[in-house]
Amino acid sequence: MLEIISNPALAKGFIFILVITVFVIAIFVGFEVISKVPPLLHTPLMSGSNAISGITIVGAILAAGLSLTEPAAATKIIGKYSLAHLLGFLAVIFATINVVGGFLVTHRMLAKFKKKD
Amino acid sequence: MEQTLELYIINASYLLAAILFILGLKGLSHPRKAVRGNMLGAIAILIAIVATLVDHNVILKDTWEILLVGFAVGGLIGVILAIKVEMTSMPELVALFNGFGGLASVLVAGGALLKAVGDGQGGDLQITISTTASGLIGAITLLGSLMAFGKLYGFKFIPDKAVRYPGEQIVKLLLLIGSIVLGVLIVQHPENMTYYWMLVGAGSLLGILLVIAIGGADMPVVITLLNSYSGIAAAATGFVLSNNVLIVAGSLVGASGIILTKLMCVAMNRSLSNVLFGGFGAVADTSSADEVYGDKIKPVTADDVAIFLDTAQKVVIVPGYGMAVGQAQHAVKDLTHLLEENNIEVNFAIHPVAGRMPGHMNVLLAEVDIPYEQLLEMDDVNATLAQVDVAIVLGANDVVNPDARREDSAIAGMPIIDVDKANTVIVIKRSLSPGFAGIPNPLFAMDNAYMFFSDGKKAILAIVAAIKELG
Repeated sequence: MLEIISNPALAKGFIFILVITVFVIAIFVGFEVISKVPPLLHTPLMSGSNAISGITIVGAILAAGLSLTEPAAATKIIGKYSLAHLLGFLAVIFATINVVGGFLVTHRMLAKFKKKD
Repeated sequence: MEQTLELYIINASYLLAAILFILGLKGLSHPRKAVRGNMLGAIAILIAIVATLVDHNVILKDTWEILLVGFAVGGLIGVILAIKVEMTSMPELVALFNGFGGLASVLVAGGALLKAVGDGQGGDLQITISTTASGLIGAITLLGSLMAFGKLYGFKFIPDKAVRYPGEQIVKLLLLIGSIVLGVLIVQHPENMTYYWMLVGAGSLLGILLVIAIGGADMPVVITLLNSYSGIAAAATGFVLSNNVLIVAGSLVGASGIILTKLMCVAMNRSLSNVLFGGFGAVADTSSADEVYGDKIKPVTADDVAIFLDTAQKVVIVPGYGMAVGQAQHAVKDLTHLLEENNIEVNFAIHPVAGRMPGHMNVLLAEVDIPYEQLLEMDDVNATLAQVDVAIVLGANDVVNPDARREDSAIAGMPIIDVDKANTVIVIKRSLSPGFAGIPNPLFAMDNAYMFFSDGKKAILAIVAAIKELG
């Protein structure tokens, strides 16, 4: 482990193996969990997963939140903001629409499914 | 030391978010737990957002105002869309959201590439290769979804029918090869953003061409597939940033889309490549409408239907896209209540591809307070149809076509709802025009089948009035 941490090339490869591992396991978990969703709820499943894919908001925040002194923010295009800021800003907007709109509309739909009384 | 602690806390938060996503989706396995499941998902994203804002002190930096404006604008648009949308328009909204997801991935990957080059990490293959994947898949998702949205919404300049032209597959193949070449150029020259934007352009064109070649009734497959792409694009973005929560969430969505796509294909007994590149018409079907229907069509009126229903004990209603288009679900609710008051058991038979997206009919019927116990799946309903007195087919066609049992039919092998096994079948339809498969439906000419030629909503309202008159 120590050798991996102290050697940048090894560390990079190690991180890659880790993220691939997470990816493969997540896909398997996804298949297991989603196959149990009944056709009754397939539309809310789709709108709900829309909301979940809005997780790109994490990446959007990182891009929009770049400090002005960071190298990526060097070339200004609008006022003090760089192209990376602009891309991040737009990404924040669209990812937020997905997150907020997705969860809200899914909630609206799910609330309509009622048991026989 | 303090930084290490912060790193632990942030990554623990991402882990917690990933767990909540999985538990949230697990909640969707039952309508009773689904609302809570959806909330768990929302909490998960909230945790991930807060962790990211704390990470690197994003919120304290000199550009925090654009984050705030972005949240406010996006949140407002999201709320308006979610509250205003009609349940019948859910396929359009999901298509639009898929597109936004793709767009967000394109933008984030572009921003991440700029940052990587700025930080001197332009040579990192994991970053450049996954940026390429995220940009390409994101662009296909964006424009493909906008096309699907246009088809569903009914824009005049986007044809609902499949647009086909000679050499179309070669055009798409060339675009794909061009995209791969651009991907290699991005890896070699990550500092040159022109290559990235050209890749996004190629992906956008590919997205348009892929979806324009697909007809309206195949939209369930297209939407589920694009849903999966938006997840895969998010996962690719996760690889760009080496961020686990993005990878987990993206993979879950990707898996969900793939499962639904497969279910839709099975429900039409067609392969994915047939839906995407083939289309109908490959199988020669010789029977013409005149041969099938001849003089065997028996038109009926609302009064006739009321008499059939008067002596019935078990009724099954088979809704299709026509119910959504005609906004007939409210009338259907009135009919259902009236029949139930007369001690008639009413159930609904939902074919997996009924409507324009998976589960479309269920949402419409739930909207009008039909309890979900009465919304039955195809296989469950087929087991009981022989004991059903009256089956009412409302705006559905191919999914009840008994020709699917014949091997030489264009829809051979497609699982159908066996309404012809019911004692009496009432088909509510404007005319004898064929469904999406473009073939006649021998059900209409069967001895136990009667045609009620009318608009769906008007027909149901007329039947309700006739039953009341009968007393």
